[in-house]
Amino acid sequence: MSSHNTTIDWVLVFTYLLLVTIGWLAIYTADFNELHPEIYYLGSSYGRQLLWIGIALLLGFCIQILDTRFYTAFSYIIYAAALVFLVVVLIVGSTISGSKSWIKLGFFNAQPAEVAKFATSLALARYISSLGNIFYSLRERLIAIGILLIPIILIRLEEETGSALVFGSLAFVLYREGILPGGVLLMGVLAIILFITSLLLPFYYIMASVAILLLLILLMRGKSGIWEKLLTYLPVVVAVITASLYLNDVALLIILPILFLIALLFALYTQKATYTLLALFLASFIYVKGVDFIYNNVLERHQQNRIGVVLGTIEDNKGAGYNVNQSKIAIGSGGLTGKGYLQGTQNKGNFVPELSTDFIFCTIGEEFGFAGSAALIGLFVFFLLRIILLAERQKSRFTRIYAYCVACIIFFHFTINIGMTIGLMPVIGIPLPFISYGGSGLLGFSILFFILIKLDSERYMYLR
Amino acid sequence: MEPIKPEKIILQVVVVLTALLLLVRLFSMQVLDTSYQTMAKDNIIREVTVYPSRGLVFDRGNNLIVNNLAVYDLMVIPRQVQNLDTTKFCRLLNINRDEFYKNAARMEVAAGYSPYRPQVFMKQISADVYDRMQEYLYQFPGFFTQIRTIRQYNCHNAAHVLGYIGEVNQMQIDTSNYYRMGDYVGVSGIERSYEEQLRGERGTKLMIVDVHNREIGSYKNGEEDIEAIAGQDLHLTIDMELQAYAEELMQHKRGSIVAIEPSTGEILALVSAPSYDPNLLTGPLRGEGMRMLNADSLKPMFNRALMAFYPPGSTFKPLMGLVAMQETGIGSHYYFACNGAYRLGRRTVGCHYHASCYGIETAIQHSCNSYFCHLFKLFVENDKFGNVSEGLIKWKTYLNEFGLGNSFYLDLPALSGYVPSPERYDRMYGKKRWKAVSLISLGIGQGELGVTPVQLANMTAIIANKGTFYYPHVVRPNTKDPKHKYNQLHKVSIDAKHFSAIINGMEKVVLYGTGKTAYRAGLDICGKTGTAQNPHGEDHSLFIAFAPKNNPKIAVAVMVENGGKGKKYAAPIASLVIEKYLNDSIAPYRKALEARMMKANLISPRPRIYNEPAEEEEDLITTIYLPYTTTTTPLSIPEQIDSKTTQQVSTTEPAATGNEAPVQIKTDLKIPIPSTIKAQPLQPPPDGH
Repeated sequence: MSSHNTTIDWVLVFTYLLLVTIGWLAIYTADFNELHPEIYYLGSSYGRQLLWIGIALLLGFCIQILDTRFYTAFSYIIYAAALVFLVVVLIVGSTISGSKSWIKLGFFNAQPAEVAKFATSLALARYISSLGNIFYSLRERLIAIGILLIPIILIRLEEETGSALVFGSLAFVLYREGILPGGVLLMGVLAIILFITSLLLPFYYIMASVAILLLLILLMRGKSGIWEKLLTYLPVVVAVITASLYLNDVALLIILPILFLIALLFALYTQKATYTLLALFLASFIYVKGVDFIYNNVLERHQQNRIGVVLGTIEDNKGAGYNVNQSKIAIGSGGLTGKGYLQGTQNKGNFVPELSTDFIFCTIGEEFGFAGSAALIGLFVFFLLRIILLAERQKSRFTRIYAYCVACIIFFHFTINIGMTIGLMPVIGIPLPFISYGGSGLLGFSILFFILIKLDSERYMYLR
Repeated sequence: MEPIKPEKIILQVVVVLTALLLLVRLFSMQVLDTSYQTMAKDNIIREVTVYPSRGLVFDRGNNLIVNNLAVYDLMVIPRQVQNLDTTKFCRLLNINRDEFYKNAARMEVAAGYSPYRPQVFMKQISADVYDRMQEYLYQFPGFFTQIRTIRQYNCHNAAHVLGYIGEVNQMQIDTSNYYRMGDYVGVSGIERSYEEQLRGERGTKLMIVDVHNREIGSYKNGEEDIEAIAGQDLHLTIDMELQAYAEELMQHKRGSIVAIEPSTGEILALVSAPSYDPNLLTGPLRGEGMRMLNADSLKPMFNRALMAFYPPGSTFKPLMGLVAMQETGIGSHYYFACNGAYRLGRRTVGCHYHASCYGIETAIQHSCNSYFCHLFKLFVENDKFGNVSEGLIKWKTYLNEFGLGNSFYLDLPALSGYVPSPERYDRMYGKKRWKAVSLISLGIGQGELGVTPVQLANMTAIIANKGTFYYPHVVRPNTKDPKHKYNQLHKVSIDAKHFSAIINGMEKVVLYGTGKTAYRAGLDICGKTGTAQNPHGEDHSLFIAFAPKNNPKIAVAVMVENGGKGKKYAAPIASLVIEKYLNDSIAPYRKALEARMMKANLISPRPRIYNEPAEEEEDLITTIYLPYTTTTTPLSIPEQIDSKTTQQVSTTEPAATGNEAPVQIKTDLKIPIPSTIKAQPLQPPPDGH
């Protein structure tokens, strides 16, 4: 620790502490118990969260004490242990709110999926960094993808769809490291978007969007760099966002900027691909038709319902629909500056279910208004950009890959969670990192984070 | 500069764009769109209605006669009920299991039922059941009590004046912007006509509630609450002692008594017989009481004093005399030979045997039909009107001035009676094909004339006052404002000089004439008998009177259906009412008369329900009079449910009409029976008279 090349990134650590503090304050107001206003009361969620924060900091300290090489050397073992843990939970786990992903350990319910997050990140970093070459064989690519897929499948088997999707975000890391070609990633994103939209929107609407997208790609082709392109087409993005706000069309608000982004990326890759684009258009046509056909003719009624509820095409006011509606009311009623700390009427009335966990953002939105929400989002953006910056400054591939994994996981949680509370994303029950109540989640994210801090602190060393 | 590799910056771009997207969305939700604020307010604020207490009612002597009694409705939020121990619950409520399920079933089919909202499980539980319930209520999640007020009457009389209240019907909700489902509204009597003063103004309290609809505090410390305004108290002009006495005189009879103070227009007593105890129509047994009253063939709910039309008969003659003197120019000494009958063309109106009438005084004294038929002919066929139609219109105008044929003045729901207009005879006989002879019986108060007892009393008061009057009313105006409807002195267009002859005649009626039975030494009663022929049987007995002659203090109209001659029942009853009012008591020598009047039974044998075997008459009477024997307060719910009572209730009375709570009737209740309709052993009408 006393080594001259040990430099802890205190900015990031302070940001982490700030987020955890905000989280604790939010939990305090969400579950405020007038009979027990004292913060250490262990019968309350905020009292327990305080305990978890203490444990997390202690763990963070322990992580800093361990030698960096421990994480590289033991990454496969940790990964293997996490997988065993996931299998065990499938057999002996207890079901809490619909997913069999918990192991009861006395007063603490552990969730192996949280362990799997940093374990998979470590294993992925270890494996890819061990390849040492920019050109990968198919076998190597498949193994890398496999490392990612195994926990996804296991967690999906636990009915913990949200967490499974989190691992999907790590596909970006594969792309970043060249394992997965950008085209494949983009095709994947496009496929998901088309799948969702084909069930939500009329056929001609989708195909018109695809046509616009491809046209954009054609327009954006050229020698200029990404920034020039961004600047050139930014007015289009602004116009689209304004239009969708004006029309109050959520679908437009989400889809069009994403389409723009995809167009931008395609344009960068397909310098002379008019035919490719044409093929893409045809493929989209068939794909959208196919999804429609499968949904209407192949899927059973209850499967259709399930998808419909997630997509919001089927009214479900008692379930997810109710949550989102109440969540939107709470946040929307916050106004510019909010109702004041501990003054949130919707929070106090328990109108939003799962307030201290998945819908914790409501307390901030209601009690601190747009100013507070923007501040929190700003803090998260700073946190994520700092991690990406940190990743890009590494000499060690291991650290860089790990850092990207951390960024991807936190970013995914952040986007889905906040997007869910304001009705932009389907309700996928995943927590807001460092903010939501829950010992398992907080410890998982903290370990993920502190390993990154430890790895980064020795960025002048070469790790693999 | 080397272009930056996209994979190095793409995540930054995505992060920033996503954050922008979230911010834009948040900005639009939190700052631009204000509808969420409204929705949040709707979410947390519950309007709790604060019901104002209904105005109290005092009588002429400032005694409280109608007040409010707190009762408790047992409410339930069905969704919150868990692990209900029905046995214990029923024991606490003093109901059996069947009633419990009946209540639950009734609640579920009621309009606006929702398992998430409070529903009335049982209406008006008694005070001791409430006390017991409060103690154990915590064991029954979902149940709670809600306070309501009902009317309580401290008297057993004047039901027709007081009226009753009931829940608003859908039409009232639709047409008014005040009433809401479950509100109480006056249905009849002053409860109806003074509804707006009595009801007060509802208030609202804003409470903050949580997601389970539990109140967690008041909104903004009650700044936006609206206070309930209590209803105004009413002071009746009714003298309850006189009212009770008059009702007692009218027992076992159909008819009415209306007494007015001529100097103010205040109604001192207003009796419609048969009457009922107002307490029957309040409390948990209201539904049963209502059902029984409606089923009674004597129609005790029908207000005869205000709603029933009778031919005034001879009581109309003083008025006929007045208008004739005013319009035809005859003097008070106008002579017209009676000759035992009035013959005009082919028509003959008979008259009884009496001494010759040497003027209007003696004509009234003897109630000479011929004389007043002649005056009527003189009036309507007078040359100054041109034709008989115009004459009849003029005649009608005078009657209207005296309050006959209109109800504009009264503060109770009343009908206007009927005074025929020429159109009626145009229809009957054809235009211009009728003359005075065709309608000659109008002159003696028969024919197409329909007046209500209150109109007769008012007419008497006008005569007593020699032409001036105040609109009759049962509630004292709470203002001295001379513009108030009841503070304005009105005057009929009959010269004051014409009245003395009429009044003298009315005095002679009592002293030496047809109304000698109304004589009471020292009271100076002036009156006029009436015997109204009617197609339903025995003549109606009528009497109008006022006393004393100079400075009259009371004007009375008595109407006894099928009582025969006016002197037989109506005149003595009127004199007793006047004596009671003026002297506060009945002279001992008149006690026999009083007793005879009170005992006189003109409605027996009771009209029999068709196809009812005669031997069941005893049962029939018990059934009909049962509701009158129900209690006032407290409620008659037995201490313990024993199997006997339960069985009896479930077998005999399955009724529980509408939303009313189930009713238990105990046949052995010892309750004072209202005097007016007391069931008595059948007895023949007294002999003589």
